[in-house]
Amino acid sequence: MSVPYAKLPRWVDYGLIPLINLIVAFVVAGFVVLLVGENPLRAAGILFEGAFGSGQNIAYTLFYATNFIFTGLAVAVAFHCGLFNIGGEGQAYIAGLGVSVVALSFDSVLPWWLTFPLAILGAAAVGALWALIPAYLQAKRGSHIVITTIMFNFIAASIMVYLLVDVLKPLAQQAPQTRDFLEGAQLPKLNGIFEALGMSVRSSPLNISFLLALVMAYLVWLLIWRTKLGYEMRTMGHSSKAARYAGIGEARIIVITMMISGALAGMMALNPLMGDQHRMALDFVAGAGFVGIAVALMGRSHPAGIIPAAILFGMLYQGGAELSFEMPNISRDMIVIIQGLVILFAGALEHMFRPAIQTLFATLSPSTVGVPVAGGKGA
Amino acid sequence: MEFFNVLIQLLDATIRVSVPLLLACLAGLYSERAGVFDIGLEGKMLAGAFAGAAFAAVTGSAWLGLGCAITVSVLMALVHGFASITHRGNQIVSGVAINFIAAGSTIILGQAWFRQGGRTPALSGPARFEAITLPGADAIRDVPILGPIYSVLISGDSILVYIAFAMVPFTWWVLFRTRFGLRLRAVGENPAAVDTAGISVAWLRYRAVICTGVLTGIAGAYLSVAQNAGFVKDMTAGKGFIALAALIFAKWRPVPAMFACLLFGFLEAASIRFQGQAWPLIGKVPVQFMQALPYVLTVVLLAGFVGKAIPPRAGGVPYVKER
Amino acid sequence: MADAAIELIGINKSFGAVHANRDIHLEIPRGTIHGIIGENGAGKSTLMSILYGFYQADSGEIKVGGKPTVIHTPNRAIQVGIGMVHQHFMLVPNFTVLENVILGAEGEPLLNASIAKARGELARLEREYGLEVDPDAIVEELPVGLQQRVEILKALYRGADILILDEPTGVLTPAEADHLFRILKQLKDQGKTVVLITHKLREIMAITDNVTVMRQGTVVATRETKKTTVEELAEMMVGRRVLLRVHKDEGKPSEVKLSVRNLTVKDSRGVIMVDNVSFDVRAGEIVGIAGVAGNGQSELLEAISGIRRAESGTVELDGRPILVTGDADPGELRDRGLAHVPEDRHHVGLVLAFEENENSILGYHDQEKYLKGVFLDIGTIIKDARDKIEKYDIRPTNPRLKTANFSGGNQQKIVLAREMEQDPGVLIIGQPTRGVDVGAIEFIHRRLIEMRDRSKAVLLVSVELDEVRSLSDRILVMFAGRIVGERGPDASEGELGLLMAGVDRKEAAE
Repeated sequence: MSVPYAKLPRWVDYGLIPLINLIVAFVVAGFVVLLVGENPLRAAGILFEGAFGSGQNIAYTLFYATNFIFTGLAVAVAFHCGLFNIGGEGQAYIAGLGVSVVALSFDSVLPWWLTFPLAILGAAAVGALWALIPAYLQAKRGSHIVITTIMFNFIAASIMVYLLVDVLKPLAQQAPQTRDFLEGAQLPKLNGIFEALGMSVRSSPLNISFLLALVMAYLVWLLIWRTKLGYEMRTMGHSSKAARYAGIGEARIIVITMMISGALAGMMALNPLMGDQHRMALDFVAGAGFVGIAVALMGRSHPAGIIPAAILFGMLYQGGAELSFEMPNISRDMIVIIQGLVILFAGALEHMFRPAIQTLFATLSPSTVGVPVAGGKGA
Repeated sequence: MEFFNVLIQLLDATIRVSVPLLLACLAGLYSERAGVFDIGLEGKMLAGAFAGAAFAAVTGSAWLGLGCAITVSVLMALVHGFASITHRGNQIVSGVAINFIAAGSTIILGQAWFRQGGRTPALSGPARFEAITLPGADAIRDVPILGPIYSVLISGDSILVYIAFAMVPFTWWVLFRTRFGLRLRAVGENPAAVDTAGISVAWLRYRAVICTGVLTGIAGAYLSVAQNAGFVKDMTAGKGFIALAALIFAKWRPVPAMFACLLFGFLEAASIRFQGQAWPLIGKVPVQFMQALPYVLTVVLLAGFVGKAIPPRAGGVPYVKER
Repeated sequence: MADAAIELIGINKSFGAVHANRDIHLEIPRGTIHGIIGENGAGKSTLMSILYGFYQADSGEIKVGGKPTVIHTPNRAIQVGIGMVHQHFMLVPNFTVLENVILGAEGEPLLNASIAKARGELARLEREYGLEVDPDAIVEELPVGLQQRVEILKALYRGADILILDEPTGVLTPAEADHLFRILKQLKDQGKTVVLITHKLREIMAITDNVTVMRQGTVVATRETKKTTVEELAEMMVGRRVLLRVHKDEGKPSEVKLSVRNLTVKDSRGVIMVDNVSFDVRAGEIVGIAGVAGNGQSELLEAISGIRRAESGTVELDGRPILVTGDADPGELRDRGLAHVPEDRHHVGLVLAFEENENSILGYHDQEKYLKGVFLDIGTIIKDARDKIEKYDIRPTNPRLKTANFSGGNQQKIVLAREMEQDPGVLIIGQPTRGVDVGAIEFIHRRLIEMRDRSKAVLLVSVELDEVRSLSDRILVMFAGRIVGERGPDASEGELGLLMAGVDRKEAAE
């Protein structure tokens, strides 16, 4: 009966409210900083400086952002179809297998620009496959996809630990990781671009998978808003009844969407494995799958929002590393807290400030919110 | 005889491993039966563990630590409740957020306050729940069969273990023999029926969520003030999710939940005991396989291959008065 | 006069611009069965919701047993002795009958004592009112008729003196309905007051002592049932309205396009909603299905259009069968020339969050003309949308505007334009002008006549009798899932009203 969402101008919906949610998240985080005995404003300053203060820092920030763009896109694609893919962490982890198999097979035989596309296919295929089973179970047997993807995260971790410890590890080595990838599976860095712009970069892990991420962001936009498949996904996401009316097969759409989502999450593996570490070690995903959730929520599931959100979180990661140097009380784990707060305010509580803002707008500028000026007739 | 000893030791380990699972599982039961999905059990347990150990270290009393653990868990549960019930937000998202906030906060606060790399100071004496020796345990110890069962399995656990197992019949009783339990189960199936009977859906759900907080607080306190002698970062290590899996496996019923937790606990205890060794009959099994087994079993159940696991009908759906 | 059980004085209630209850004055004498009859939208349910404390009236007074009472919550209503048996049961499916009855009225924190006491009380109630049902049976396993008894027992257990039943026989078989009436009579004999909300004249005549007719938010009249007739009630119910008669020529029906035989459809509760229905629709004719909402028309449309699975029967389109009893593909049906304007335009026919142009291809989005390979041909889609906007006078004229921003009438035009411009052989359409302003109504009606004149087959379902009479070449009246009569467009309102209310001419003559 009550209309929860009266009309608000578009910029408020997509710009102001997410911004407010973000600010509140930071304010709460600031309290945690105070609890720890440090100055929040100074902490914020160090954070920012650490993220953007030099060419080196920016490169690191973008390197982390690359991971989050992939996982953010993965979650976003699923959201458009009304599905919650929490399995990005596991899908990315196990896709490492796809990457490693390609890398280890071809790194002495092919140049990087041939290995790379094969590795992309490998990562995407394995990630998609890992999402396929939960998708199928949801579509055909009604098993709740959130629970199954959480379970699959853990199963993936177990499988990967087993493989790394018992199977993929070269015999002569102690550490549970594969042998190092040779040149044929090493992605070129982007340092050159920075130097051309006059910034010095001593060394950074930023590599061309960042460009791949940007390309994928564009392709996702194309998919969701410019293809027939994307149209069907969005219809299903908005109303399964309308989708049924329109002749869109529910099971088919769910499975396809989750496979695309899993493929995107899987591609995340390329960045650390082939772009930076040049081998596969334990837990190279390091929570990126979950950050993807925060990124997708903040970016409102649109690539144009996801990229800045991913950079924001990259900033938190990189700046957070600097912060932990200067303020030993605040380690990288502060980022985890902020992540949680962003998820809370941009996700579960996203409409908490709406009524206040609506009232504000109705008072200041009634016409923009569709409040009839005196004398108007009802619809 | 040797086999029997090994079995007893294994069962003893099983009990110890299962307790946090059981408490977290029962915690989830209250929430989910009332229609509020809670995947934040992990986070609440972790926060409780930290709060319990920290307060116990500072005050020197295990019981005060327990009280603090419960308080903190309940607060986090109320945040989840606020987001899910009052704001009708996405319950999954809220649970995920709580897990992150707990994970990060426990480490940061731990390091800042105690400067021991994220752990809390080691607990001893009255600051810790020690094992309790039941009367006659020492005397019976050498009696064949019954002796070890009594003196090792049943006696010799901390009080929280007994509380945990006592929670099973207690929960059963609350759910099926009290007015509160009847209404709680009703609101998870058809909140409209509860609403038209003149009962507040929101208040009922808040109370359920508080119960969840209490039990996860005890679970956390068990980990850091009883089983271990202090908090260690990430000490819950996924137990909250195994508890969730057990809850689904048990089809949201208290007594099967106990057996599910014991089963999953047994799998973990066995995998530790037999790590690197050949199992009787089966041969060598990778420890990761054992670790993954609870999750695999849950998926198999969810896929409907071992009977249908039907969650509370109104689960995960915010209640909006439809008029 | 003796205390009325309930007196409503000057009740007004509006929802936004909709004035659901206008200045209602109503007196319900104690110890009687009082019927309230009216079509959908007459305001009956709103009034009862006010009485039960779901809504608060904007103005007016309620007196219970002669005493002015404020009822602001269902709890309060229960306290003053008002019990409600809802149309859609408020039961917990996997609880037993006993548990459902005591929910909210347990009496004590511990159940054992309450249950024992309840068992005794329940047995007494069952005996006294003929409401036998096994207290330990699981509700979801009971047939719907018995579930309803549980609802009644719930109210009686709480000491209701006044029982309100909202459309209780919709889910019952005739035998179960008769049994319910006997129970109601027994309740009355025991001194209870019963308020029966229904649109079925037969029920009114069968058991009520008095009847109040409501129409468009007001009370038209209250009569003693003995002293009135079905004709009089039907006429008051349906009323005289401004007729929007569209000029149309004589129809020229030709070959059969849509053929329905022995179609039976159940709803999600397993209740039969469409009962062995058969009819044809020819090219060049409009067949209109008249009837009060809830008599199976929705399920009929859903089954034919492939959205809902039918239980049994066949449907043929252009002589070839449609799979109605299995997994139908609405897309395939569209390809074969069946277009569907659904009753629920907001959740089924449109995606409100989409832009107008995106909705203008919903269901047809896989047609080649809208695609360039796997991509949507946005240029063509927008142009197509603009053409439709112009042709159907849709306002605002921006195809990029979000559909939620269009008025109800224009939203309906978007759906119509989409379905009609595909040039289907058969168009099935439900509630074409619900929530549509007068200007658009005329436009839509003219378009429908146009389709028929171009030798299309049109199946029209509407609860607006005027609309059906104005547009149709043949009128089928649906009641309780069956076609109870076929008439030509010059049939009188009264005659149709009787059929719609379930009265057979022969019966009424007695």
